[in-house]
Amino acid sequence: MDLSYAPEEEEFRARLRQWLAKVLPFLPPKPSPGDWPARRAYDLGWQRMLYDAGYAGLHWPADAGGRGATPTQHLIFLEETEKAGAPYVGANFVGLLHAGPTIAAEGSAGQRTRWLPPILRGEEVWCQGFSEPDAGSDLAALRTRACRDGDDYVVSGSKIWTSHAEVADWCELLVRTDPGAPRHRGITWLAMPMDAPGITVRPLRTLAGSAEFAEVFLDEVRVPVANRVGEENDGWRVTMVTLSFERGTAFVGEVVACRRVLGELARAAQQNGQWDDPVLRRRLGRLNAEFRALWRLTQWNVSEAEAGGGVPGVGGSVFKLGYSHARQELYDTAADVLGPDSLDLGRPWMLERLSSLSYTIAAGTSQIQRNIVAERILGLPKGR
Amino acid sequence: MRDGVRGLLARRFDSEALRAAAGTPGLDRALWRELGAAGFFALRLPEADGGVGLGLPEAVLAFEEAGRVLLPGPLVASHLAAGEVAGAAAGETVVAAVDGGLVEWLAEADIVRGDAEGARPLRSVDPLTPLHRVPADTTGGAAAGPADPVAVLLTAAEQLGTAGRTCELAVQHARTREQFGQPIGAFQAVKHLCAQMLVRTEVARAAVYAAAVTAGPADIAAARLLADEAAVRGARDCLQVHGGMGFTWESEVHLHLKRAWVRAQRTGGATESEELLAADLVA
Ligand SMILES: Cc1cc2nc3c(=O)[nH]c(=O)nc-3n(C[C@H](O)[C@H](O)[C@H](O)COP(=O)(O)OP(=O)(O)OC[C@H]3O[C@@H](n4cnc5c(N)ncnc54)[C@H](O)[C@@H]3O)c2cc1C
Repeated sequence: MDLSYAPEEEEFRARLRQWLAKVLPFLPPKPSPGDWPARRAYDLGWQRMLYDAGYAGLHWPADAGGRGATPTQHLIFLEETEKAGAPYVGANFVGLLHAGPTIAAEGSAGQRTRWLPPILRGEEVWCQGFSEPDAGSDLAALRTRACRDGDDYVVSGSKIWTSHAEVADWCELLVRTDPGAPRHRGITWLAMPMDAPGITVRPLRTLAGSAEFAEVFLDEVRVPVANRVGEENDGWRVTMVTLSFERGTAFVGEVVACRRVLGELARAAQQNGQWDDPVLRRRLGRLNAEFRALWRLTQWNVSEAEAGGGVPGVGGSVFKLGYSHARQELYDTAADVLGPDSLDLGRPWMLERLSSLSYTIAAGTSQIQRNIVAERILGLPKGR
Repeated sequence: MRDGVRGLLARRFDSEALRAAAGTPGLDRALWRELGAAGFFALRLPEADGGVGLGLPEAVLAFEEAGRVLLPGPLVASHLAAGEVAGAAAGETVVAAVDGGLVEWLAEADIVRGDAEGARPLRSVDPLTPLHRVPADTTGGAAAGPADPVAVLLTAAEQLGTAGRTCELAVQHARTREQFGQPIGAFQAVKHLCAQMLVRTEVARAAVYAAAVTAGPADIAAARLLADEAAVRGARDCLQVHGGMGFTWESEVHLHLKRAWVRAQRTGGATESEELLAADLVA
């Protein structure tokens, strides 16, 4: 395992640190979690700053408007921005991590010039319309129907759990174009403008109290055929490209953040006397082991990706399983450090404790990830 | 290097030899000398001193291989004695050591390092690791001082070998054993046990390999905790996947679990590593 950095990489890190130290003090104040228009403006503003400084789309290929950085430079970027307390991708998540890379990999030249630059410049927000009320883990069961009518698809159906739908300009949408075909072969990937007539967005409140995702109802929405990425009925394959991006690289900054939180927790425990409890202390020690290992696994995956090139593979499932459970354990331990104060959502970590509950569900539940690991890595047979 | 050790072990200590050894315990001196000749003990000694001149990363790979096949004998103690005790590097002298109030292979060793005064034999849980217990007031526990980090890491590497091996054994069995008309590995309850075995193994692997590169005390402690867990829980789940067969003396599964228990007691146990990592958070 190679853990060393090349001189160019260290130089890249040093320049990035300098830039962060210069710009972060002048960021506007963080908007309140319930104010979506303000959150959109804040997240896009940060993306614009990255763009102007040459850090937007760092890991995207140069011919997609990215910087063609190595996976290691990307890792350094995520590590340093997190350590410096820079904003998280936020509303740019789908654009930067799912839809954008998919369009870069599968889109036509015209589609790439239309959609990619606004993502990088922080001008357009994307959301992901995959899940449906009757198609969650079993995504291929999706039923939202698209029928060809001249140069348009006419789309009807409903999507659910669509994050950022309220403030999105575009939706990467999975639709069924051939109900007669085997399930995986009748699906198509479309870019749907969110201001098209016939779209109704109904926000859903999460258990943390805020509206992070929404139901999206589609009533004869017209989407130009030109907005289709990949061939008609080839959307499942196009989608798998997106999902592997999601599981591969999405959590790097968060692991760094978790390690910082762990240090804060230990100091809080020292202050309130809990540190004298060896059971708690040893639990914190064990979490330290866990997150150190997850960080090493990340570094390792990245250097493998660098050696092998290409799309992050099923190894992302191994990481996600380890990480999502460690994150929940971290915030449960935070609650034990706080004792009775853990019931106060005004306390640090307690909102994150609630949101950590989604980590074993979103982007493929833990059970589904275990199926993937068992069937695709270990080669165990599919059940009947 | 890794292939060399793997090849030697495949030739000299395969599954059949393992099972035979469980019936007639004792140290195979000839094998010990072959290990010496292959550089297993002298691996990290400088070439000028007759060693192989490699580092911790290579030693970790060699110990992982030894752990995979449950190679018996005081491997860590003899490896650490190379260059310090005459004949240890070549595998001529078998060196045991007092560790955590226990001594592995005391009676078979030529030299025992540490104070083994008053040691009495135990009815060892592991048929392939004879054990003596040293009275607590001499060298046991904290009195012995903090554990040698290299010993901790090499033990973690052995545990990693067991974690990987038990995952493989479970998967092999799950693919071939049929019940209700299908391989038991098609049942999700079994499948998910196997998937978690791999997750624990790969997380532990990242920790062990990284610690071999940095040699930092916190990294080594982390490697130890994760590797112990991956080995002990891996062996238990492997046993479960094997059903009644897993509970027999005949199958090798119990040997993995028992050895994992023995190794987990070494170098201060988990407590010492947990405390070290807790202290690291507020350092
Ligand atoms: C915070 C959050 C944000 C999200 N954002 C988006 C988004 O932006 N866009 C989008 O399209 N989707 C989004 N999702 C949806 C997410 O992908 C789904 O919730 C997830 O795939 C699970 O589907 P489901 O909710 O229908 O649960 P179900 O599939 O009904 O699962 C219920 C339970 O059954 C188990 N289960 C199901 N199938 C199996 C099986 N084969 N084997 C074993 N167990 C099984 C599951 O593990 C789970 O425990 C989001 C979800 C959350 C929580």
